[in-house]
Amino acid sequence: MLNIDSIENGIVIDHITAGLGMRIYELLELQKLDTCVAIIKNAKSEKFGRKDIIKIEGVMNIDLDVLGFIDDNATVCTIRNGKLVEKKKPALPEKLVNIISCKNPRCITSVEQVDQVFVLCGEESHRYRCKYCEQEYKK
Amino acid sequence: MRHLIDPLDFTRAETDRLLTLAEDIISRPGEYAHQCDGKILATLFYEPSTRTRLSFESAMMRLGGKVLGFASAENSSAAKGESVADTIRMISGYADIVAMRHFKEGAPYVASRYSGIPVINAGDGGHQHPTQTLTDLLTIRRSRGGISGVTIGLCGDLKFGRTVHSLVKSLVRYENVRFILISPEELRMPGYILKEVIEPSGHPYREVRDMEEVMKELDILYMTRVQRERFFNEEDYVRLKDSYILTPEKLALGKKDLAVLHPLPRVNEIAQEVDSDPRAMYFTQARNGVFVRMALILSLLGLTPDVLEREEETC
Repeated sequence: MLNIDSIENGIVIDHITAGLGMRIYELLELQKLDTCVAIIKNAKSEKFGRKDIIKIEGVMNIDLDVLGFIDDNATVCTIRNGKLVEKKKPALPEKLVNIISCKNPRCITSVEQVDQVFVLCGEESHRYRCKYCEQEYKK
Repeated sequence: MRHLIDPLDFTRAETDRLLTLAEDIISRPGEYAHQCDGKILATLFYEPSTRTRLSFESAMMRLGGKVLGFASAENSSAAKGESVADTIRMISGYADIVAMRHFKEGAPYVASRYSGIPVINAGDGGHQHPTQTLTDLLTIRRSRGGISGVTIGLCGDLKFGRTVHSLVKSLVRYENVRFILISPEELRMPGYILKEVIEPSGHPYREVRDMEEVMKELDILYMTRVQRERFFNEEDYVRLKDSYILTPEKLALGKKDLAVLHPLPRVNEIAQEVDSDPRAMYFTQARNGVFVRMALILSLLGLTPDVLEREEETC
């Protein structure tokens, strides 16, 4: 059994769908932090069987917007002085910039070097449309 | 600075004021003949167009302005690989306003983000064609004295027809509009237009296969072309194509004050015998396109300051 210490102050992203931990690490640009960050892959989960976990020590103000799009199973826990002070599900971001790419070959983004921008068009159904051609993103 | 990229970039109030200006231009063209003296419109047409490009050029010339531009990508620096962003930054130094048609969807939106002058989307692939929508709205308004309360039949290719999608998005902003969607099963209105546009508006709609059964209900019949290439097999096309051709016999079932619209070009979906019927409004509609573009150019250049709100985010 692998043990990772509890954190005193920071953020724990728990219940990440197994296999998505590294993707979230990269999209949140956690490699740029100079604090202690742990990624736990394939941890046991009563609910899902397996899960990934990310623990970030000493940082509270990470932009977690993209998390809701990548994995709506994840839970964000804020730890202060070793105690859980907040636990929440990430909301779906209104806008995604350079997270996903438009697959429409007729879209200007297929030939022009511009940001890939998607806008939330259906919160309940988690649907996003390309800002340029309005084609819906299909996973 | 404002642009027109999507028909909904203008609020309903702005759209109404623009249409009022277009009607004033129709009734008093001489008053506007020199409003754009010394101004230049750049028509950047990366794909060929007859009606749209010439109507933009006519509009600017009727306002006293001048026009420069190109009529195909082969004749532009795009052939050398120049980006839309670079082209528009250069053109911003040559002209006062731009009308852009591009085969890539979203290209005019990219242009608007880098432009120092107003950009008008003159059609981007199968996506948007907002000046056609304004033309349609002006024609509906002039044929009936208003837009609210209209029962409109949209007929033909409702699946791929960008003009009908844009028109529906604009019409739901008016009161008591009723939609009758006439198309073959294969070319029905896309689900997202029904679910995201019409249903939330609360306006009633129904989908039918047969044009004749609804003719007597319509105030406006908006025809579009059923294109052979949209069908998976030739048999279906042959079976259905005649169902959506407007003939004098079918038109006889319509109201006396019905108005028949078509974005043109027409191929065979409206029989030529219908052209002489006073209810055939599609050539008037094409002419209205010049007046609405005149009103648009004046408004975006800020020469009629009471039409558009100032300094508003448009996209």
